[in-house]
Amino acid sequence: MKIIIGQGSCGIAAGANRIYSEIAKELNKENLHVNIEVAGCIGMCYLEPIVDIIDDDGKKSTYVKVHPEMVNKIIQKHILEKTPVKEYMIDAQSKNILAKQNRIALKNCGLINPENIDEYIKNGGYEAIKKCINEMSPEEVIDEIKISGLRGRGGAGFPTWFKWNAARQSLDSPKYIVCNADEGDPGAFMDRSVLEGDPHNLIEGMMIGAYAIGAEEGIIYARAEYPLAIKRLKIAIAQARENGFLGKHIFGNKKLNFDLRIKAGAGAFVCGEETALIASLEGERGMPRLKPPFPAQKGYWQKPTNINNVETFANVPWILFNGGKSFAAIGTDKSKGTKVFALTGKIKNGGLAEVPMGVTLRDVIFNIGGGIRDNKNFKAVQMGGPSGGCIPNHLLDTPVDYDSINKTGAIMGSGGMVVMDETTCMVDMARFFLDFTRKESCGKCIYCRIGTKRMLEILTRICEGKGKDGDIELLEDLALKIKEGSLCGLGQTAPNPVLTTIRYFRDEYEKHIYEKKCPAKQCSALLTYSISSNHCIGCGLCAKKCPVGAISGNRKEPHLIDTTKCIKCGKCKETCRFNAIVIE
Amino acid sequence: MQYRCQNNNNLPKLNPILNKYKNISGSLISILQETQNIYGYLPEFALDYIAENTGIKPAKIYGVATFYTQFRLKPVGKYLILLCQGTACHVNGSKTIEKALLEELSINEGETTNDNLFTLNSVACLGCCSLSPVMMINDKTYGKLTPEKTKQIIREIKKNEFDHKEV
Ligand code: SF4
Ligand code: SF4
Ligand code: FES
Repeated sequence: MKIIIGQGSCGIAAGANRIYSEIAKELNKENLHVNIEVAGCIGMCYLEPIVDIIDDDGKKSTYVKVHPEMVNKIIQKHILEKTPVKEYMIDAQSKNILAKQNRIALKNCGLINPENIDEYIKNGGYEAIKKCINEMSPEEVIDEIKISGLRGRGGAGFPTWFKWNAARQSLDSPKYIVCNADEGDPGAFMDRSVLEGDPHNLIEGMMIGAYAIGAEEGIIYARAEYPLAIKRLKIAIAQARENGFLGKHIFGNKKLNFDLRIKAGAGAFVCGEETALIASLEGERGMPRLKPPFPAQKGYWQKPTNINNVETFANVPWILFNGGKSFAAIGTDKSKGTKVFALTGKIKNGGLAEVPMGVTLRDVIFNIGGGIRDNKNFKAVQMGGPSGGCIPNHLLDTPVDYDSINKTGAIMGSGGMVVMDETTCMVDMARFFLDFTRKESCGKCIYCRIGTKRMLEILTRICEGKGKDGDIELLEDLALKIKEGSLCGLGQTAPNPVLTTIRYFRDEYEKHIYEKKCPAKQCSALLTYSISSNHCIGCGLCAKKCPVGAISGNRKEPHLIDTTKCIKCGKCKETCRFNAIVIE
Repeated sequence: MQYRCQNNNNLPKLNPILNKYKNISGSLISILQETQNIYGYLPEFALDYIAENTGIKPAKIYGVATFYTQFRLKPVGKYLILLCQGTACHVNGSKTIEKALLEELSINEGETTNDNLFTLNSVACLGCCSLSPVMMINDKTYGKLTPEKTKQIIREIKKNEFDHKEV
């Protein structure tokens, strides 16, 4: 018998550490000796903290949303009396969500102990790299990846084999293999999940890549905001070294050396761009440079360098183990395999899901994500982060593959899906992203540096009710120029959130500009507060809370708001217990 | 070149870091990260000392230190609040959380309270988006925040601090 507690960052934030100590305390009290083990995130973040109990016969019971008060009963009933506590367990519907997925990159996440290499090995770990070394030439490895059709999972979806081949063909040496683990797209966390939940899978993927291109040194460029991921990676690398998988003469092969180190990023979204990432690795400001030469020719210290992101590498061991053909059998014509999506925003079942390419957005959001919270209406889903766009309701049947998503004006990006309902203002969303890209622009290109700032100013004034006739056209014009006048992906894609919202929600822009109204009731400057005389009982609470004394009225009589004084702080709305404050 | 830092007795703490990276080129970011771990921020005297000992120009060090969001040139309070303003958190109301924090702490984003207890910084995603809105206080993550809950968390920290002082 053993107990497994999900301890990814999300689990810990939901209180997993507290549950851990509570369980340990209970076991101690009863003098029971049961192993408690750690696991990463299974992707059902909305159910955290999650505790699995594996009985001696291998039967698994999953307890969800575990509170400290539930622990005693679980231990008493399940462990001592051997009767699982049904009412605390995962329901069939949630269980089904897991069954609907096809897990390749996430195959071990949430199931094995990421801090124990033996568990990874027991699940077939490090077999794929052994197969490569013992049975395949580097060219054959690249061929296998070509057959699989794997494309980069971090952004543009470039064929992985092509990059590997270019680095292999490069004559200079030494060569480097780099993992971009600087997951910068806000709203996406699949890489964190792999790093925390299955670090050996990433290490093995990088080893295979290194073997294919002929690199002896690998670097993982990890996000500084992910301390737990870095800690688990460090443990994993040390264990792999102890086992002779990393270092000199790996797997006892006299001709093969490969070692890995971690470099913590320092927070710059632009470092997702390959040449900027390399500059950052060299200790410089992370500013992109002109390509060519490509990193495959002149990368880290001017040497051939191959960069892939975490999820891409996480697919590699499976592909080599099961063959490129099996991978290519999943997905669509041009987008093979599976993709991990991070479902967040106004969604019921937030978390990670790995599904075959080509299923529809509707499938992912409604069947797996459970639809919209609080029975509100779906409005749009944002894909691709600051480089992507908002996809509206009528395109929900778009299949998720690189090309179909591109057609909507969004991009696949790293797979973040931020779901929005009727209360999300699309102009505000565009403003939000422009604020982000403006801050993150490295400043090299004038259009990216100043153009995004001008766009932000226009969007801000529209949200503040100062929009002018011609603003939409001005935004469109600027968007084109920024796209053309920027060197790297950050600038070239920065206008996308604006362009897609104008394309699909133009009426919302127009309402802001011409009618000075925000249909989603988000832009406070465009709202007016009033009190409904039908609901107000004259308790006077709001008048007491109003910071500017805008509310007046006699006790037990309907109150009034002086709109010339009101600063639209929303305090009265929060305070009123009779729902009498009306916002329009 | 003459630097102002020579007599600062805080500086020996930097020597192990400088030695560690002495022969590894391209380590400036790592050096700055470890320096920040010691002081909690990047003091000017430390930047000068690094420049003097590595031969990297002070202007370049300053350039790198101001490029990345992780680096701070001002000291922070005992509790560093990282409020997530990423997409998922924004959609789920991180602005109301920010408002609650500003009210409770009476400071602006990026500032430190007078008692040097709290510093408030915004970040772009903490990777816990499914629990949004989220904030992190000194490595501990708090999810599913509401304005009330947020104020409660801050008050509790304040109270603990106060109780400690009494003892
Ligand atoms: S497009 Fe923007 S981020 Fe990219 S190089 Fe130019 S200024 Fe820098
Ligand atoms: S929104 Fe704020 S300022 Fe306006 S009436 Fe209500 S409490 Fe007063
Ligand atoms: S957007 Fe806030 S944690 Fe990701």
